[in-house]
Amino acid sequence: MTAAGASRMKYVDEFRDPALITAVAHEIARTVDPARHYRIMEVCGGHTHAIYRHGLRDVLPDNVELVHGPGCPVCVLPTGRVDDGLAIASQPDTILTCFGDMMRVPGTKGTPLELKARGADIRMVYSPLDALKLAQDEPSKHVCFFAIGFETTAPSTALTVLRARELGVRNFSVFVNHVTIVPAIRAILDSPDMRLDAFVGPGHVSTITGCRPYQFIAEHYGKPVAVSGFEPLDVLEGVLMVLRQLRAGEAKVENQYKRIVPWEGNPAALRALAAVFELRPYFEWRGLGFISQSALRLKAAFAEYDAEVRFALPNVRVTDPRAAQCGEVLKGVLKPPQCKLFGKECNPEHPVGALMVSSEGACAAYYRYARIDEAVNA
Amino acid sequence: VCLAIPGQVVEFFPEQPALVKVDVGGVRRNVNVGLLEDGELALGDWVLIHVGFALSKVSESEAAGQLQMLRAMGEDELAMEEVRGYTFAADDGERR
Repeated sequence: MTAAGASRMKYVDEFRDPALITAVAHEIARTVDPARHYRIMEVCGGHTHAIYRHGLRDVLPDNVELVHGPGCPVCVLPTGRVDDGLAIASQPDTILTCFGDMMRVPGTKGTPLELKARGADIRMVYSPLDALKLAQDEPSKHVCFFAIGFETTAPSTALTVLRARELGVRNFSVFVNHVTIVPAIRAILDSPDMRLDAFVGPGHVSTITGCRPYQFIAEHYGKPVAVSGFEPLDVLEGVLMVLRQLRAGEAKVENQYKRIVPWEGNPAALRALAAVFELRPYFEWRGLGFISQSALRLKAAFAEYDAEVRFALPNVRVTDPRAAQCGEVLKGVLKPPQCKLFGKECNPEHPVGALMVSSEGACAAYYRYARIDEAVNA
Repeated sequence: VCLAIPGQVVEFFPEQPALVKVDVGGVRRNVNVGLLEDGELALGDWVLIHVGFALSKVSESEAAGQLQMLRAMGEDELAMEEVRGYTFAADDGERR
Protein backbone atom coordinates (compact mmCIF):
# COMPACT_ATOMS: atom_id res chain seq x y z
CA MET A 1 0.00 0.00 0.00
CA THR A 2 1.34 3.43 -0.92
CA ALA A 3 1.61 6.36 1.47
CA ALA A 4 -1.15 8.13 -0.41
CA GLY A 5 -3.22 5.00 -0.08
CA ALA A 6 -2.67 4.92 3.66
CA SER A 7 -3.92 8.48 4.04
CA ARG A 8 -7.03 7.67 2.07
CA MET A 9 -7.74 4.63 4.22
CA LYS A 10 -8.89 6.94 6.98
CA TYR A 11 -12.23 7.15 5.24
CA VAL A 12 -12.63 3.44 5.72
CA ASP A 13 -11.79 3.82 9.40
CA GLU A 14 -14.69 6.22 9.81
CA PHE A 15 -16.98 3.31 9.11
CA ARG A 16 -18.73 1.08 11.52
CA ASP A 17 -17.01 -2.11 10.43
CA PRO A 18 -13.28 -1.59 9.83
CA ALA A 19 -12.54 -5.11 11.06
CA LEU A 20 -15.11 -6.59 8.68
CA ILE A 21 -13.62 -4.62 5.80
CA THR A 22 -10.21 -6.08 6.54
CA ALA A 23 -11.73 -9.56 6.74
CA VAL A 24 -13.51 -9.20 3.37
CA ALA A 25 -10.34 -7.77 1.81
CA HIS A 26 -8.41 -10.82 3.00
CA GLU A 27 -11.10 -13.11 1.66
CA ILE A 28 -10.89 -11.35 -1.72
CA ALA A 29 -7.12 -11.83 -1.74
CA ARG A 30 -7.61 -15.56 -1.01
CA THR A 31 -10.24 -15.92 -3.73
CA VAL A 32 -8.39 -14.43 -6.68
CA ASP A 33 -6.15 -16.43 -8.96
CA PRO A 34 -2.84 -14.51 -8.89
CA ALA A 35 -2.14 -15.52 -12.50
CA ARG A 36 -5.31 -13.89 -13.76
CA HIS A 37 -6.33 -10.27 -14.32
CA TYR A 38 -9.92 -9.38 -13.36
CA ARG A 39 -11.89 -6.52 -14.84
CA ILE A 40 -15.06 -5.80 -12.87
CA MET A 41 -17.39 -2.99 -13.90
CA GLU A 42 -19.18 -1.03 -11.21
CA VAL A 43 -22.18 0.11 -13.23
CA CYS A 44 -23.35 2.88 -10.92
CA GLY A 45 -21.69 6.27 -10.50
CA GLY A 46 -22.58 6.15 -6.81
CA HIS A 47 -20.30 3.14 -6.52
CA THR A 48 -17.55 4.98 -8.41
CA HIS A 49 -17.83 7.81 -5.91
CA ALA A 50 -17.73 5.38 -2.96
CA ILE A 51 -14.73 3.50 -4.38
CA TYR A 52 -12.61 6.64 -4.67
CA ARG A 53 -13.87 8.41 -1.59
CA HIS A 54 -13.02 5.40 0.57
CA GLY A 55 -9.86 4.39 -1.24
CA LEU A 56 -11.26 0.92 -1.89
CA ARG A 57 -8.82 0.24 -4.72
CA ASP A 58 -6.10 0.16 -2.12
CA VAL A 59 -7.63 -2.80 -0.31
CA LEU A 60 -8.07 -4.79 -3.53
CA PRO A 61 -5.33 -6.96 -5.03
CA ASP A 62 -3.47 -5.36 -7.95
CA ASN A 63 -4.93 -7.86 -10.43
CA VAL A 64 -8.52 -6.82 -9.61
CA GLU A 65 -9.32 -3.80 -11.78
CA LEU A 66 -12.49 -1.82 -11.27
CA VAL A 67 -13.89 -0.31 -14.47
CA HIS A 68 -16.33 2.59 -14.16
CA GLY A 69 -19.68 2.12 -15.78
CA PRO A 70 -22.20 4.44 -17.42
CA GLY A 71 -24.44 4.93 -14.34
CA CYS A 72 -24.18 8.71 -14.13
CA PRO A 73 -27.20 10.40 -15.74
CA VAL A 74 -25.63 13.78 -16.48
CA CYS A 75 -22.49 12.08 -17.80
CA VAL A 76 -24.26 10.03 -20.46
CA LEU A 77 -26.53 12.86 -21.62
CA PRO A 78 -25.15 14.01 -24.99
CA THR A 79 -24.48 17.71 -25.55
CA GLY A 80 -27.24 17.93 -28.17
CA ARG A 81 -29.85 17.08 -25.53
CA VAL A 82 -28.43 19.70 -23.15
CA ASP A 83 -28.73 22.22 -26.01
CA ASP A 84 -32.32 21.15 -26.66
CA GLY A 85 -33.18 21.66 -23.01
CA LEU A 86 -31.55 25.06 -22.97
CA ALA A 87 -33.43 26.02 -26.15
CA ILE A 88 -36.62 25.62 -24.10
CA ALA A 89 -35.27 28.16 -21.61
CA SER A 90 -34.93 30.72 -24.42
CA GLN A 91 -38.65 30.56 -25.29
CA PRO A 92 -40.72 33.58 -24.16
CA ASP A 93 -42.55 33.36 -20.84
CA THR A 94 -40.96 30.01 -20.10
CA ILE A 95 -39.22 28.78 -16.97
CA LEU A 96 -36.87 25.81 -17.26
CA THR A 97 -36.38 23.80 -14.08
CA CYS A 98 -33.74 21.17 -13.42
CA PHE A 99 -31.89 19.33 -10.66
CA GLY A 100 -28.74 20.88 -9.22
CA ASP A 101 -26.57 18.30 -11.00
CA MET A 102 -27.68 19.67 -14.37
CA MET A 103 -26.92 23.31 -13.59
CA ARG A 104 -23.21 23.03 -14.40
CA VAL A 105 -23.38 20.65 -17.34
CA PRO A 106 -21.94 22.37 -20.42
CA GLY A 107 -24.04 22.81 -23.54
CA THR A 108 -22.72 24.37 -26.73
CA LYS A 109 -23.66 27.87 -25.56
CA GLY A 110 -22.78 27.38 -21.92
CA THR A 111 -24.12 25.70 -18.80
CA PRO A 112 -27.64 26.27 -17.47
CA LEU A 113 -26.03 28.35 -14.72
CA GLU A 114 -24.26 30.56 -17.27
CA LEU A 115 -27.40 31.00 -19.34
CA LYS A 116 -29.28 31.93 -16.19
CA ALA A 117 -26.65 34.60 -15.47
CA ARG A 118 -27.30 35.92 -18.98
CA GLY A 119 -31.01 36.32 -18.21
CA ALA A 120 -32.68 33.00 -19.03
CA ASP A 121 -35.23 31.93 -16.42
CA ILE A 122 -33.69 28.66 -15.27
CA ARG A 123 -34.37 27.46 -11.76
CA MET A 124 -33.03 24.60 -9.71
CA VAL A 125 -35.54 22.28 -8.09
CA TYR A 126 -35.12 19.33 -5.74
CA SER A 127 -38.17 17.44 -6.92
CA PRO A 128 -40.22 17.31 -10.13
CA LEU A 129 -43.16 18.14 -7.85
CA ASP A 130 -41.44 21.46 -7.08
CA ALA A 131 -41.54 22.23 -10.80
CA LEU A 132 -45.25 21.39 -10.92
CA LYS A 133 -45.87 23.61 -7.90
CA LEU A 134 -44.03 26.43 -9.66
CA ALA A 135 -46.35 26.02 -12.66
CA GLN A 136 -49.34 26.36 -10.34
CA ASP A 137 -47.82 29.45 -8.71
CA GLU A 138 -46.95 31.09 -12.06
CA PRO A 139 -50.02 30.53 -14.24
CA SER A 140 -48.94 33.15 -16.80
CA LYS A 141 -45.68 31.27 -17.50
CA HIS A 142 -44.95 27.87 -18.92
CA VAL A 143 -42.82 25.69 -16.65
CA CYS A 144 -40.75 22.87 -18.16
CA PHE A 145 -38.94 20.26 -16.09
CA PHE A 146 -35.66 18.94 -17.55
CA ALA A 147 -36.01 15.32 -16.43
CA ILE A 148 -32.86 13.22 -16.15
CA GLY A 149 -32.04 10.01 -14.34
CA PHE A 150 -32.22 6.25 -14.46
CA GLU A 151 -35.01 4.07 -13.09
CA THR A 152 -34.49 5.48 -9.59
CA THR A 153 -35.76 8.87 -10.68
CA ALA A 154 -38.08 8.16 -13.63
CA PRO A 155 -41.04 6.94 -11.47
CA SER A 156 -41.06 10.30 -9.66
CA THR A 157 -41.37 12.09 -13.00
CA ALA A 158 -44.15 9.68 -13.99
CA LEU A 159 -46.17 10.41 -10.85
CA THR A 160 -45.61 14.14 -11.32
CA VAL A 161 -47.08 13.99 -14.84
CA LEU A 162 -50.06 12.02 -13.52
CA ARG A 163 -50.50 14.60 -10.78
CA ALA A 164 -50.36 17.46 -13.31
CA ARG A 165 -53.18 15.85 -15.26
CA GLU A 166 -55.18 15.19 -12.10
CA LEU A 167 -54.84 18.85 -11.10
CA GLY A 168 -55.59 20.07 -14.62
CA VAL A 169 -52.35 22.06 -14.79
CA ARG A 170 -51.91 23.12 -18.42
CA ASN A 171 -48.75 25.27 -18.27
CA PHE A 172 -46.40 22.42 -17.39
CA SER A 173 -44.27 20.09 -19.48
CA VAL A 174 -41.43 17.65 -19.09
CA PHE A 175 -38.35 17.30 -21.28
CA VAL A 176 -37.81 13.60 -20.76
CA ASN A 177 -34.23 12.29 -20.77
CA HIS A 178 -34.76 9.24 -18.60
CA VAL A 179 -32.59 6.33 -19.57
CA THR A 180 -32.63 2.67 -18.61
CA ILE A 181 -29.57 0.83 -17.43
CA VAL A 182 -30.00 -2.63 -18.96
CA PRO A 183 -29.62 -1.66 -22.67
CA ALA A 184 -26.46 0.28 -21.76
CA ILE A 185 -24.98 -2.78 -20.07
CA ARG A 186 -25.90 -4.84 -23.11
CA ALA A 187 -24.23 -2.31 -25.42
CA ILE A 188 -21.09 -2.46 -23.30
CA LEU A 189 -21.13 -6.26 -23.39
CA ASP A 190 -21.48 -6.19 -27.19
CA SER A 191 -18.73 -3.59 -27.63
CA PRO A 192 -15.64 -5.16 -29.23
CA ASP A 193 -13.15 -3.15 -27.14
CA MET A 194 -14.74 -4.14 -23.86
CA ARG A 195 -13.35 -7.09 -21.96
CA LEU A 196 -15.18 -7.45 -18.66
CA ASP A 197 -15.34 -10.40 -16.31
CA ALA A 198 -18.19 -9.38 -14.02
CA PHE A 199 -20.48 -6.60 -12.83
CA VAL A 200 -21.27 -4.91 -9.54
CA GLY A 201 -24.90 -3.98 -10.17
CA PRO A 202 -26.50 -0.67 -9.19
CA GLY A 203 -28.13 -0.32 -5.77
CA HIS A 204 -30.86 2.29 -5.83
CA VAL A 205 -31.83 1.67 -9.47
CA SER A 206 -32.46 -1.93 -8.43
CA THR A 207 -34.85 -0.92 -5.64
CA ILE A 208 -37.14 -0.05 -8.57
CA THR A 209 -36.21 -2.62 -11.21
CA GLY A 210 -35.38 -5.53 -8.93
CA CYS A 211 -32.69 -8.03 -9.90
CA ARG A 212 -34.50 -9.97 -12.60
CA PRO A 213 -33.56 -7.58 -15.49
CA TYR A 214 -29.87 -8.45 -14.99
CA GLN A 215 -30.34 -12.18 -15.51
CA PHE A 216 -29.46 -11.94 -19.22
CA ILE A 217 -25.95 -10.85 -18.22
CA ALA A 218 -25.43 -14.15 -16.45
CA GLU A 219 -27.47 -16.35 -18.76
CA HIS A 220 -26.57 -14.98 -22.19
CA TYR A 221 -23.14 -13.49 -21.59
CA GLY A 222 -21.93 -15.79 -18.81
CA LYS A 223 -20.86 -12.90 -16.56
CA PRO A 224 -21.51 -12.81 -12.81
CA VAL A 225 -23.50 -9.92 -11.31
CA ALA A 226 -23.81 -8.77 -7.69
CA VAL A 227 -26.28 -5.96 -6.98
CA SER A 228 -24.58 -4.02 -4.19
CA GLY A 229 -25.06 -1.24 -1.68
CA PHE A 230 -22.90 1.86 -1.31
CA GLU A 231 -21.03 1.37 1.94
CA PRO A 232 -17.41 0.29 1.57
CA LEU A 233 -18.31 -3.10 3.00
CA ASP A 234 -21.20 -3.45 0.53
CA VAL A 235 -19.01 -2.71 -2.48
CA LEU A 236 -16.27 -5.08 -1.30
CA GLU A 237 -18.80 -7.83 -0.61
CA GLY A 238 -20.22 -7.35 -4.10
CA VAL A 239 -16.72 -7.69 -5.54
CA LEU A 240 -16.13 -10.81 -3.44
CA MET A 241 -19.42 -12.34 -4.60
CA VAL A 242 -18.54 -12.04 -8.29
CA LEU A 243 -14.94 -13.21 -7.70
CA ARG A 244 -16.26 -16.32 -5.94
CA GLN A 245 -18.56 -17.00 -8.88
CA LEU A 246 -15.65 -16.59 -11.30
CA ARG A 247 -13.53 -19.01 -9.27
CA ALA A 248 -16.36 -21.55 -9.23
CA GLY A 249 -16.97 -21.09 -12.95
CA GLU A 250 -20.50 -19.84 -12.25
CA ALA A 251 -22.52 -16.93 -13.61
CA LYS A 252 -25.63 -15.80 -11.77
CA VAL A 253 -27.25 -12.68 -10.34
CA GLU A 254 -26.73 -12.26 -6.62
CA ASN A 255 -28.20 -9.61 -4.37
CA GLN A 256 -25.77 -8.20 -1.82
CA TYR A 257 -28.17 -5.32 -1.04
CA LYS A 258 -31.13 -7.44 0.09
CA ARG A 259 -31.91 -5.09 2.95
CA ILE A 260 -32.98 -2.45 0.40
CA VAL A 261 -33.43 -4.24 -2.93
CA PRO A 262 -36.35 -6.67 -3.31
CA TRP A 263 -35.74 -9.29 -6.02
CA GLU A 264 -38.92 -8.17 -7.81
CA GLY A 265 -38.30 -4.44 -7.42
CA ASN A 266 -40.93 -1.85 -6.53
CA PRO A 267 -44.25 -2.85 -8.18
CA ALA A 268 -45.97 0.53 -7.63
CA ALA A 269 -43.06 2.37 -9.25
CA LEU A 270 -42.95 -0.07 -12.17
CA ARG A 271 -46.71 0.46 -12.67
CA ALA A 272 -46.21 4.25 -12.73
CA LEU A 273 -43.44 3.89 -15.33
CA ALA A 274 -45.59 1.64 -17.51
CA ALA A 275 -48.58 3.98 -17.26
CA VAL A 276 -46.78 7.12 -18.38
CA PHE A 277 -43.70 6.17 -20.42
CA GLU A 278 -42.87 4.06 -23.45
CA LEU A 279 -39.47 3.08 -24.81
CA ARG A 280 -37.90 5.26 -27.48
CA PRO A 281 -36.78 3.29 -30.54
CA TYR A 282 -33.27 4.59 -29.88
CA PHE A 283 -31.45 7.26 -27.86
CA GLU A 284 -27.97 8.70 -28.04
CA TRP A 285 -25.64 8.20 -25.08
CA ARG A 286 -22.40 10.10 -24.73
CA GLY A 287 -19.58 7.69 -25.45
CA LEU A 288 -21.82 4.73 -26.22
CA GLY A 289 -23.57 6.19 -29.27
CA PHE A 290 -27.12 5.30 -30.25
CA ILE A 291 -28.58 2.45 -28.20
CA SER A 292 -31.92 0.98 -29.20
CA GLN A 293 -34.76 0.97 -26.67
CA SER A 294 -32.54 2.54 -24.02
CA ALA A 295 -34.57 5.58 -23.02
CA LEU A 296 -38.10 6.62 -22.11
CA ARG A 297 -40.52 9.12 -23.59
CA LEU A 298 -44.04 10.12 -22.64
CA LYS A 299 -46.83 8.05 -24.19
CA ALA A 300 -48.98 9.83 -26.78
CA ALA A 301 -51.77 10.12 -24.20
CA PHE A 302 -49.54 12.56 -22.29
CA ALA A 303 -48.48 14.59 -25.36
CA GLU A 304 -49.73 17.85 -23.83
CA TYR A 305 -47.03 17.45 -21.15
CA ASP A 306 -44.30 16.49 -23.60
CA ALA A 307 -41.82 19.34 -24.18
CA GLU A 308 -40.64 17.61 -27.35
CA VAL A 309 -44.17 17.89 -28.75
CA ARG A 310 -44.82 21.38 -27.44
CA PHE A 311 -41.57 23.05 -28.53
CA ALA A 312 -39.69 22.97 -31.81
CA LEU A 313 -36.28 21.85 -30.55
CA PRO A 314 -33.02 22.09 -32.53
CA ASN A 315 -32.50 18.32 -32.21
CA VAL A 316 -28.95 18.67 -33.51
CA ARG A 317 -26.27 16.11 -32.72
CA VAL A 318 -23.27 17.79 -31.19
CA THR A 319 -19.93 16.06 -30.89
CA ASP A 320 -17.93 16.63 -27.73
CA PRO A 321 -14.92 18.96 -27.89
CA ARG A 322 -12.37 16.92 -29.81
CA ALA A 323 -9.69 17.09 -27.13
CA ALA A 324 -12.08 15.84 -24.44
CA GLN A 325 -12.24 12.06 -24.24
CA CYS A 326 -15.41 11.72 -22.16
CA GLY A 327 -16.68 8.92 -24.36
CA GLU A 328 -13.59 6.76 -23.92
CA VAL A 329 -13.70 7.31 -20.15
CA LEU A 330 -17.42 6.45 -20.04
CA LYS A 331 -16.77 3.21 -21.90
CA GLY A 332 -13.96 2.34 -19.50
CA VAL A 333 -11.40 2.36 -22.33
CA LEU A 334 -9.47 5.26 -20.75
CA LYS A 335 -9.00 6.20 -17.11
CA PRO A 336 -9.75 9.88 -16.37
CA PRO A 337 -6.09 10.99 -15.99
CA GLN A 338 -5.35 9.57 -19.44
CA CYS A 339 -7.59 12.26 -20.98
CA LYS A 340 -5.53 15.16 -22.30
CA LEU A 341 -7.74 17.75 -20.60
CA PHE A 342 -8.01 16.07 -17.19
CA GLY A 343 -7.09 18.44 -14.36
CA LYS A 344 -5.93 21.08 -16.85
CA GLU A 345 -8.60 22.71 -19.03
CA CYS A 346 -11.18 20.37 -17.50
CA ASN A 347 -11.56 20.60 -13.73
CA PRO A 348 -14.48 20.84 -11.30
CA GLU A 349 -14.39 24.66 -11.41
CA HIS A 350 -14.49 24.72 -15.21
CA PRO A 351 -15.76 21.38 -16.43
CA VAL A 352 -15.38 20.77 -20.17
CA GLY A 353 -17.19 17.45 -19.93
CA ALA A 354 -20.07 16.34 -17.77
CA LEU A 355 -17.99 13.61 -16.10
CA MET A 356 -16.19 16.36 -14.21
CA VAL A 357 -19.46 17.90 -12.95
CA SER A 358 -21.43 15.29 -11.08
CA SER A 359 -20.13 13.58 -7.94
CA GLU A 360 -21.13 10.38 -9.72
CA GLY A 361 -18.83 11.17 -12.65
CA ALA A 362 -15.60 9.19 -12.83
CA CYS A 363 -13.51 12.30 -13.58
CA ALA A 364 -14.87 14.24 -10.60
CA ALA A 365 -14.27 11.23 -8.34
CA TYR A 366 -10.68 10.85 -9.58
CA TYR A 367 -10.04 14.56 -9.31
CA ARG A 368 -11.23 14.77 -5.72
CA TYR A 369 -9.78 11.61 -4.28
CA ALA A 370 -7.21 9.99 -6.50
CA ARG A 371 -5.57 12.63 -8.61
CA ILE A 372 -2.22 12.92 -6.84
CA ASP A 373 -1.82 9.17 -6.51
CA GLU A 374 -2.67 8.67 -10.18
CA ALA A 375 -0.29 11.39 -11.32
CA VAL A 376 2.54 9.75 -9.40
CA ASN A 377 1.78 6.28 -10.72
CA ALA A 378 0.80 7.23 -14.25
CA VAL B 1 -28.66 11.99 -8.59
CA CYS B 2 -29.55 8.71 -6.91
CA LEU B 3 -29.33 10.17 -3.40
CA ALA B 4 -31.63 8.25 -1.03
CA ILE B 5 -32.33 10.05 2.22
CA PRO B 6 -33.74 8.31 5.31
CA GLY B 7 -36.72 9.93 7.03
CA GLN B 8 -39.19 8.88 9.71
CA VAL B 9 -42.95 9.12 9.18
CA VAL B 10 -44.40 11.52 11.77
CA GLU B 11 -47.81 12.46 10.37
CA PHE B 12 -50.49 11.34 7.92
CA PHE B 13 -52.99 13.59 6.16
CA PRO B 14 -56.39 11.91 5.78
CA GLU B 15 -57.47 14.49 3.18
CA GLN B 16 -54.19 14.07 1.22
CA PRO B 17 -53.38 10.36 1.25
CA ALA B 18 -50.51 10.82 -1.26
CA LEU B 19 -48.50 12.82 1.30
CA VAL B 20 -46.88 12.02 4.62
CA LYS B 21 -44.82 14.25 6.86
CA VAL B 22 -41.34 12.91 7.52
CA ASP B 23 -38.62 13.97 9.92
CA VAL B 24 -35.12 14.05 8.46
CA GLY B 25 -32.59 14.98 11.11
CA GLY B 26 -35.04 17.42 12.73
CA VAL B 27 -36.24 18.94 9.46
CA ARG B 28 -39.89 18.12 8.76
CA ARG B 29 -41.19 18.08 5.24
CA ASN B 30 -44.05 16.50 3.38
CA VAL B 31 -43.11 13.86 0.82
CA ASN B 32 -45.13 11.91 -1.72
CA VAL B 33 -45.79 8.23 -1.00
CA GLY B 34 -47.32 7.34 -4.37
CA LEU B 35 -44.48 4.90 -5.09
CA LEU B 36 -45.38 2.74 -2.11
CA GLU B 37 -48.33 0.38 -1.84
CA ASP B 38 -51.45 1.72 -0.12
CA GLY B 39 -51.42 1.12 3.61
CA GLU B 40 -47.74 0.13 3.59
CA LEU B 41 -46.73 2.78 6.10
CA ALA B 42 -47.46 3.33 9.78
CA LEU B 43 -46.43 6.19 12.07
CA GLY B 44 -42.82 5.81 13.14
CA ASP B 45 -41.83 3.85 10.01
CA TRP B 46 -38.68 4.80 8.13
CA VAL B 47 -38.53 5.47 4.39
CA LEU B 48 -35.82 6.30 1.88
CA ILE B 49 -36.62 9.58 0.14
CA HIS B 50 -35.52 10.46 -3.39
CA VAL B 51 -36.45 13.75 -5.14
CA GLY B 52 -39.49 14.26 -2.93
CA PHE B 53 -40.83 10.71 -3.11
CA ALA B 54 -40.61 7.85 -0.62
CA LEU B 55 -38.86 5.15 -2.62
CA SER B 56 -39.02 2.29 -0.16
CA LYS B 57 -39.77 1.44 3.43
CA VAL B 58 -36.72 0.42 5.46
CA SER B 59 -35.95 -0.76 8.97
CA GLU B 60 -34.78 1.70 11.61
CA SER B 61 -31.30 0.19 11.66
CA GLU B 62 -31.05 0.41 7.87
CA ALA B 63 -32.16 4.04 8.03
CA ALA B 64 -29.42 4.72 10.57
CA GLY B 65 -26.92 2.94 8.35
CA GLN B 66 -28.03 4.95 5.34
CA LEU B 67 -27.56 8.21 7.24
CA GLN B 68 -24.09 7.10 8.33
CA MET B 69 -23.31 6.24 4.72
CA LEU B 70 -24.40 9.71 3.54
CA ARG B 71 -22.14 11.25 6.19
CA ALA B 72 -19.20 9.11 5.19
CA MET B 73 -19.76 9.99 1.53
CA GLY B 74 -19.81 13.69 2.45
CA GLU B 75 -23.35 13.93 1.11
CA ASP B 76 -25.28 14.52 4.34
CA GLU B 77 -25.31 18.31 3.90
CA LEU B 78 -26.50 17.90 0.34
CA ALA B 79 -29.25 15.58 1.56
CA MET B 80 -30.45 18.09 4.18
CA GLU B 81 -30.30 20.87 1.59
CA GLU B 82 -32.45 18.77 -0.71
CA VAL B 83 -35.06 18.00 1.96
CA ARG B 84 -35.17 21.64 3.07
CA GLY B 85 -35.57 22.62 -0.56
CA TYR B 86 -38.79 20.68 -1.20
CA THR B 87 -41.42 23.35 -1.81
CA PHE B 88 -44.23 21.36 -3.37
CA ALA B 89 -46.16 20.79 -0.17
CA ALA B 90 -45.54 23.83 1.98
CA ASP B 91 -45.31 22.99 5.60
CA ASP B 92 -45.21 24.65 9.00
CA GLY B 93 -41.44 24.48 8.73
CA GLU B 94 -38.61 23.00 10.69
CA ARG B 95 -38.35 21.87 14.21
CA ARG B 96 -34.79 22.01 15.39
